[in-house]
Amino acid sequence: MILMTQNSGVKLMAAFNSCKFFLLCGVLLVMEFSPAFVMAQHAYININSPLIRKIPVAIPFFKAFTGHEEEVALGKNAVDIMSSALDFTGYLAVMDRGAFIENPSQKGITGSEINYKNWTIIGSELLITGGIVEQDGAVRLELRLFDPFKETLLIGKVYTGHKADIKSMIYRFCAEISLLLTGKLGVFGSRIAFVSTVSGNKEIFTCDFDGGNISRITNFNNITMSPSWSSDGNFLAFTSYAKGNPDLYIRDLRANKDVVVSKKGLNITPAWLPGQFALAATLSFSGDQDIYLLTGSGEVKRQLTKEMGIDISPAFSPDGTKFAFVSKRSGTPQIYIGDTGSGSASRLTFKGSYNTSPAWSPDGDKIAYVGVVKNSINIYVIGANGGEPTQLTSGQGDNEDPSWSPDGNLIAFSSTRQGASRIFVMTSTGSDQRLLFTFGGAQTDPTWSLAYGNK
Amino acid sequence: MGKKIVVRIMVLLFLSAMMLTVSCAKKSVATDPSTGIENQGAQDGLSAEEIARQKALEEERLREEALRKAIAAEREQFENQDIYFDFDSAELVPDARMLLKEKADFLTRNSGLTVTIEGHCDERGTTEYNLALGERRAMSAKRYLQDLGIAEFRLNTISYGEERPAVQGNDESAWSRNRRGHFVIR
Repeated sequence: MILMTQNSGVKLMAAFNSCKFFLLCGVLLVMEFSPAFVMAQHAYININSPLIRKIPVAIPFFKAFTGHEEEVALGKNAVDIMSSALDFTGYLAVMDRGAFIENPSQKGITGSEINYKNWTIIGSELLITGGIVEQDGAVRLELRLFDPFKETLLIGKVYTGHKADIKSMIYRFCAEISLLLTGKLGVFGSRIAFVSTVSGNKEIFTCDFDGGNISRITNFNNITMSPSWSSDGNFLAFTSYAKGNPDLYIRDLRANKDVVVSKKGLNITPAWLPGQFALAATLSFSGDQDIYLLTGSGEVKRQLTKEMGIDISPAFSPDGTKFAFVSKRSGTPQIYIGDTGSGSASRLTFKGSYNTSPAWSPDGDKIAYVGVVKNSINIYVIGANGGEPTQLTSGQGDNEDPSWSPDGNLIAFSSTRQGASRIFVMTSTGSDQRLLFTFGGAQTDPTWSLAYGNK
Repeated sequence: MGKKIVVRIMVLLFLSAMMLTVSCAKKSVATDPSTGIENQGAQDGLSAEEIARQKALEEERLREEALRKAIAAEREQFENQDIYFDFDSAELVPDARMLLKEKADFLTRNSGLTVTIEGHCDERGTTEYNLALGERRAMSAKRYLQDLGIAEFRLNTISYGEERPAVQGNDESAWSRNRRGHFVIR
């Protein structure tokens, strides 16, 4: 039945199960159709390619099977969620429905009911059809992805559940599409933490990957900043002056409880060790600012950097064996790569005299960072092993705080290009730079959760 | 910050007003040359000795008042005069050292006071890095004051990075005033 590669299917289920992407296990039933043949991963898109061309995808209106008013409305809502989610990826171009020749919501949504020529002639390289049945709040959603040129069904799924779960169903199907096209699950269902001054003070908020569903996390009425997600999305570490000193907070989001690390001096720049209940942070109780490894309960385990001078902003490689950080040991702030085991470190950036805020890509091969050149603050990407940096932003305000999306396809960042600082998103090659959402005050420090379905 | 300054100005105005009132009162009673002290004393039934004592007390009170005022002014100067730093630097420039010597003198004369040294940065660069840089600025000032003989336990430090700028603006004139060490008596 599962006709994607065995591996990808297992990966998908493991990710969904462990991260509770679906809280509706048992409620929601997923059935699969049989695509005609097995697609190889990465068959369509290499999202790391700077020459990426957007694939045109047609998403005609969904068919309302019984046709009553609420069903039609839910179908309309579902197709809108699908369109904006896929448009968000940056590698799909959702086509204008005005160009469509046939109407699957009337004619039918299955392969035998589709005239592929009607889609190839308008340049649609992918086609998504959907059908919905609603009865007393229970919903059955049929979704299919076709390749009109190859005249094949690529993915076919039926989701059943409550009508409140439609968004999750759509995101899950989008994740299937992403996995098929790019080999990765994508961003659907992930959340972003950020700092906002909307209340007058810097406080931490979270939102959906697409900027929707904003919720406030802290209420300290003081400076609070630098959010960092644990891998499972259940904990947020951050810095707050709530008690007067810059202390490190480790918040259990489920229990809404804080552990506070409040040593003398700085307790700042937390970064979780991937897959573990442990994190690194900069502490200065010794009189020097060094990076330490702490347990998730806030106990200091060991010191990771030992050189005199500023050592801050750790960012672990996906396997946790290495960490990027900022050090001033050479006289100017530069990015270094440290070994988590031995603590030995080597310098990564050599261009420019001010490079900070490293973010390690989920693939492990790249590091995004902030470079300041002649008062111009921009985001750059460099290979984790060094090489020539690529500048991703330029000529538009100050651009800071890069954070990778879980699939490595997108980078969230803050920018003052429209005045007050706002959260923007771009692809990993710097294309498609767009505002994520508008909100009061200034927004900074976007941090993408690598987990799915955090509340 | 703005609020603090307003409060200080009000306190100053109040103190000056008090001083004026005091001098007026003094004139009418004791130093009005047209009336003369002797006559007044005789009229009120006070001895010359008592009048002299009263005068001495009044003068002492004024001296203390002036001293208090001077101390308050000095205290204010201590808190209001920031030391400034170069971009991305925690090194003390000559002007900063001069000011710190004055501050050390003040702290030596006022041995009961403890101080919090705040390290601040301009808005350029990243917030996280600026937290670290701000702390190093505060530490530089602290170490220098220690070298000048001020006990460590009297000197606390805190970094606010770029979170609490003294002035708004994104040019060098604003930046240079925000890269500072600020002193607060506790």
